[in-house]
Amino acid sequence: MAEIRNYTLNFGPQHPAAHGVLRLILEIDGEVIERADPHIGLLHRGTEKLAESKPYNQSIGYMDRLDYVSMMCNEHAYVLAIEKMLNLKVPERAKYIRVMFDEITRLLNHLMWLGTHALDVGAMSVFLYAFREREKLIDCYEAVSGSRMHATYYRPGGVYRDLPEKMPRYLANNFRKPQELAAMNQDRQGSLLDFIDNFTKEFPASIKQYDDLLTDNRIWKQRLVNIGIVSANRAKQMGFTGPMLRGSGVAWDLRKNQPYAVYDKLKFDIPVGVTGDSYDRYLVRLEEMRQSNRIIKQCVDWLKDNPGQVMSEDKKVAPPKRTDMKNNMESLIHHFKLFTEGYSLPEGEVYSAVEHPKGEFGVYLVSDGANKPYRVKIRAPGFAHLASMDEMAKGHMLSDVVTIIGTQDIVFGEIDR
Amino acid sequence: MQKLKAQLIEAFDKNNIVDAFGELTLTVDANDIITTCLQLRDTFAFDTLIDLSGVDYLTYGQSDWDVDASSSGFGRARERQYGNKNVHKQRFAVVYHLLSVSNNKRLRVKAYVSENQPIIKSVTDIWTVANWYEREAFDLFGILFEGHNDLRRILTDYGFVGHPLRKDFPLIGEVEMRYDDELGRVVYEPVSIEPNVNVPKVIRR
Repeated sequence: MAEIRNYTLNFGPQHPAAHGVLRLILEIDGEVIERADPHIGLLHRGTEKLAESKPYNQSIGYMDRLDYVSMMCNEHAYVLAIEKMLNLKVPERAKYIRVMFDEITRLLNHLMWLGTHALDVGAMSVFLYAFREREKLIDCYEAVSGSRMHATYYRPGGVYRDLPEKMPRYLANNFRKPQELAAMNQDRQGSLLDFIDNFTKEFPASIKQYDDLLTDNRIWKQRLVNIGIVSANRAKQMGFTGPMLRGSGVAWDLRKNQPYAVYDKLKFDIPVGVTGDSYDRYLVRLEEMRQSNRIIKQCVDWLKDNPGQVMSEDKKVAPPKRTDMKNNMESLIHHFKLFTEGYSLPEGEVYSAVEHPKGEFGVYLVSDGANKPYRVKIRAPGFAHLASMDEMAKGHMLSDVVTIIGTQDIVFGEIDR
Repeated sequence: MQKLKAQLIEAFDKNNIVDAFGELTLTVDANDIITTCLQLRDTFAFDTLIDLSGVDYLTYGQSDWDVDASSSGFGRARERQYGNKNVHKQRFAVVYHLLSVSNNKRLRVKAYVSENQPIIKSVTDIWTVANWYEREAFDLFGILFEGHNDLRRILTDYGFVGHPLRKDFPLIGEVEMRYDDELGRVVYEPVSIEPNVNVPKVIRR
């Protein structure tokens, strides 16, 4: 009889289901995974080292580029750490704007996750529908920051500027008929808040669509149910946070348990799974999208009724208004100092965390009293999740590895940093 | 948090506990890390290790900007030099961020390790998640974790030399890589760019 031996399979780093640059060394017995060894770091850009060499505000842009599908949530953790050290008060309106955009970001992230996860597992059309909604949300990003992805919108002390009064519209060109253009611009007649308000009304129907396409789909269930089961205890041991932990039945959400910004004033529920398999995590994320939609609606209503400041009054941190700068020497000096040297933080260390769409995204900041951070450690949720790949994939078939990568919601920007 | 603080003071020495910015930090001797972590996990219910990170305190409190660098011209709006006040006795520290999901509490545990012997016991047996975090701290700082069964580099390239997050590792790196046509392979050469500080580090307290 021929001798049967395990063999090693190199999966990635250029594989469409590897979600970026994951290199996975799989030791396989037939088609069953014996050992999975992820090799990461192919997208390592040294964000932490770079942040040490720059004033605090110049690193906000780097945060966008960590988890590049949930940009503003990364920024939120970073600015919260700085605000905690400076003991800086943030205007209420800025907090609501942040929460609203955090939830828009959560939708962006979950839509991306849903589309690619379904695509990996073999359902093409969900991806197209998910990107239809993403487009609108990315337009919100663009309206508020001028950039469709890397917004750099949050600042220590608030947000860069107030929400625009007019939602940007599509322009006429030779390829669009006037009726088409009018239809495209139909929901863009009012302000950004009107546009988002309209979106929250339409979005439940879109979620229903994904639900109809996937939840009872036979193939979807065959590929997800009982794949990558993690018990609650193991999930805690392996440092799971976010939907990965909630999928295992632990009702843990920083927005509820350790509220930041204005989450304690908003109504929303935390979905939890039962069995801790990939299908439960799918259901949890789907429900999270519904809850995010609820939060966005509440924020829109509040923001419509409460105009006001969006940036702290503290002149040592917040840049002065352009008009003040032209007429007032003090403002000119503040502006000059802020943009050449930046501001200094007191000596000490803080850790601040937010409920990022993928889990707990934390920033550990050590300051020696300078205008640059002494050390920035970014706690990326995906790092802990990917580390569990070996345990989650063991005993499963080769094709299930793709499901497990999908269910972990891997994005390499944050894992490799 | 005050309750946790009182409990910690009872279990550990009062001098080892710092309460700043609304966060608790417990400093322990590197030799006691295993017993401390076990105690924290089992009696204080810190069931998750959220983060593990290395810190290099080599240039702590040193600013790039000499006050008397310029003998004429404009002053630099600073009367005193605060630098060279390094309060840390050892060069490296390993910082553990613990989370108790059941009690909704956080704690930071800090253990210093020396430059000559940057070794500390691994906590992988206490929290599985420490595996990759310790590999990362080893990769970026060169801190060794005794008892870790797979201490390989994780973020840097295969065959990388040095520990990039150490403060004496230059920001521009030490080698650069290019494809050599004549040799027909990738070659490593010393970096050709100059280090450049755009904004000097200034310490103001």
